[in-house]
Amino acid sequence: MSGTVPTIEVSGLEKRFGRRVAVAGVDFTLGAAECLALFGPNGAGKTTLLRLIAGLLKPTSGSVRVLGADPRRDPIGRSSVGLISHQSMLYAPLTALENVEFTARLYGLPDPRGAALAALEAIKIGDRASAPVRTLSRGLQQRVSIARATVHGPAVVLLDEPYAGLDEAGASALTSLLQTLRASGAALILVTHNVSEGLALATHAAIMTGGRFARFEQGRDGRPFDAQRYAADYRTLVSRAS
Amino acid sequence: MPADAPPVRPTRSSPPGLLRAAWIVAQKDLAIELRTRSAFLSVVVFAVLGLVIFFFAWDSTAVSALDLAPGVLWVTFTFAGLLGLHRSFGVEVQDRAFDALLVSPVDREAIYLGKAIANLIFVSAVLLVAVPAVALFYNLPLGRSIVGLGSVALLAAIGLVAVGTLFSAMTVNTRMAELLLPMLSLPFFVPIVLTSGQASTRLLAGRPLAEALPWLRILIAFDIVFAVACTVAFSHTLEE
Amino acid sequence: MTSTAQSRAPTLTSASEASSQPVFDWLFGLSVVLMLAAVVRIVAFTPIEATQGAAQKIYYIHVPAAISAYTALTLAALMSIVFLWLHDERADRLAASAGEVALVFTSGVLLTGPLWGKPIWGAWWTWDARLTLTLFLWFVTAAYLVLRGAIEDPTARGRYSAVLAVLAALLIPFIHLSVYLFRTLHPMPIVLKPSRPSLPTEMLITFTLSCCAFFLFCLMLIRSRYRLALLRERAEVE
Repeated sequence: MSGTVPTIEVSGLEKRFGRRVAVAGVDFTLGAAECLALFGPNGAGKTTLLRLIAGLLKPTSGSVRVLGADPRRDPIGRSSVGLISHQSMLYAPLTALENVEFTARLYGLPDPRGAALAALEAIKIGDRASAPVRTLSRGLQQRVSIARATVHGPAVVLLDEPYAGLDEAGASALTSLLQTLRASGAALILVTHNVSEGLALATHAAIMTGGRFARFEQGRDGRPFDAQRYAADYRTLVSRAS
Repeated sequence: MPADAPPVRPTRSSPPGLLRAAWIVAQKDLAIELRTRSAFLSVVVFAVLGLVIFFFAWDSTAVSALDLAPGVLWVTFTFAGLLGLHRSFGVEVQDRAFDALLVSPVDREAIYLGKAIANLIFVSAVLLVAVPAVALFYNLPLGRSIVGLGSVALLAAIGLVAVGTLFSAMTVNTRMAELLLPMLSLPFFVPIVLTSGQASTRLLAGRPLAEALPWLRILIAFDIVFAVACTVAFSHTLEE
Repeated sequence: MTSTAQSRAPTLTSASEASSQPVFDWLFGLSVVLMLAAVVRIVAFTPIEATQGAAQKIYYIHVPAAISAYTALTLAALMSIVFLWLHDERADRLAASAGEVALVFTSGVLLTGPLWGKPIWGAWWTWDARLTLTLFLWFVTAAYLVLRGAIEDPTARGRYSAVLAVLAALLIPFIHLSVYLFRTLHPMPIVLKPSRPSLPTEMLITFTLSCCAFFLFCLMLIRSRYRLALLRERAEVE
């Protein structure tokens, strides 16, 4: 695996809004089929970090590379990224299928409708494809949003608290989808407050406070992380930082 | 049993070019408009009501209809246009759908053009109702001048939409968007209204095209300058 | 653990100097003195013009105010372009300060114009090409300031208002052209513009003094406004 371009490469990344520093220097790389679980208190800069990697924000200094391309400047870099966030990023009057098909067309997929249907099936919401999004519950909207973000088979999937609002069926559908995405080579960054859900999929784990990574570690030999130890460490680190 | 996820493509589904992407965005906006229809109907009703109010505000026996009608049409068109423009970015802000557009590989200019095209179609549809309505209320002899009038209307609509789309993007997140959008846009609409009014008065009176031409030249120059300037300016209004 | 973003040093020598003397210094003193001198000279030491009478003296205020207003607006537009290009917050701050001062001076022009026009032309307002353009500048500057007031995020505020400033600069020729064409094709009340013979020396001195006074006063106001903006931003951080 050495010698290949890392899927995500972040180096010296800083983002300031006026005088407020949101991201104060972050470095890491993530390869294909790896999953980084990112924890941290509110206001630590996790959402800003994801938005920087997605190309929505311009770094104040440092760089972001997705498959070697700068997602801000290079459309090819952007076409490898899928973003899932708190809001659904959907158009409420349109149906689930129309929303996902629109996204598929934006990415230039050859069969937008087919890809949209497949994406909706993958998250187990195919039967509600013709329902206008505004008639769907928050959890179902979240699922459509996940389909929207993954329809183009992105190499990088950025998830900002995706489990929020999902019921058990939705959460297990999401976990199995994420496992499949990882298996097919995508790199994931998962921001969550739920330590056990996050660590279940993770190959890497990080805790972010005050705009920096207070801890970044790789799982050993493929063994899953010890969730209880991590939760304890997390509490210590967060209280120390605040 | 894990679900079938879309395979990870090592990119190379080629993203659409500028015009194609713009058209995709425009189609989406029009689909939303057709689905809800309420914005279009409200703007049409507002426009026709405006025409009626203007009619009763003036004594059209004292001033000839031919002198009055063009002014009334363009003023009403301007205010109705503002209403229509306001909704253009509202739909993107709800649920942050706009972020999905920005994350996608389409050019920022394509987003602006797509929105402007959708707005142009919207405004033209309103004009298709408003112009016959004005002709009806003021007993205008449309006849031969219909093509000329239609062209003036289209040029005016292009100018309105070019500037208005940009300003509606800028004002959508502000506190007083409904007031701020007219305040920003109306100074820019003055050359449009002035030149369209002058040109259409002459055309309606059956004057030769040459008399309307100086005005039309200014209007066309305005359209070109601001279509280009606003397309470029749009990327500067996006979050950095 | 936020790093203090002091990378952008203010144009003033130091913050403490700015805070101790935001307004009252040599520039303030000089500009106030000059303004007083100009006003005194206009009222008491300038001969009354033969044909127009005392009302003509408004000219010594109207025109210098206009010159200062246009200068401030040009400064605002140029600083907006600099901001869009270099993203330097100082340019944005200066553009906003110049814009505010420009609004004040433009209002002065629009108020003194009719005061001059009524006794001399017989009408409070004519759609004179220059006055109409000034009226537009007033609207556009007001829109610029209202837009700034409506946006809370400082970087977005800077960018949006800079875009507006540049577009407004593009608009000016179109306003001028369409109003000019409108006026030539539509007979307007004939105004007897006082023909501009070369001003006798006395009046020329007054006019020049007034121009200098207004100009200096305008610069002083812009600078004070700039310092105030800087202080306000500092206060918000703490």
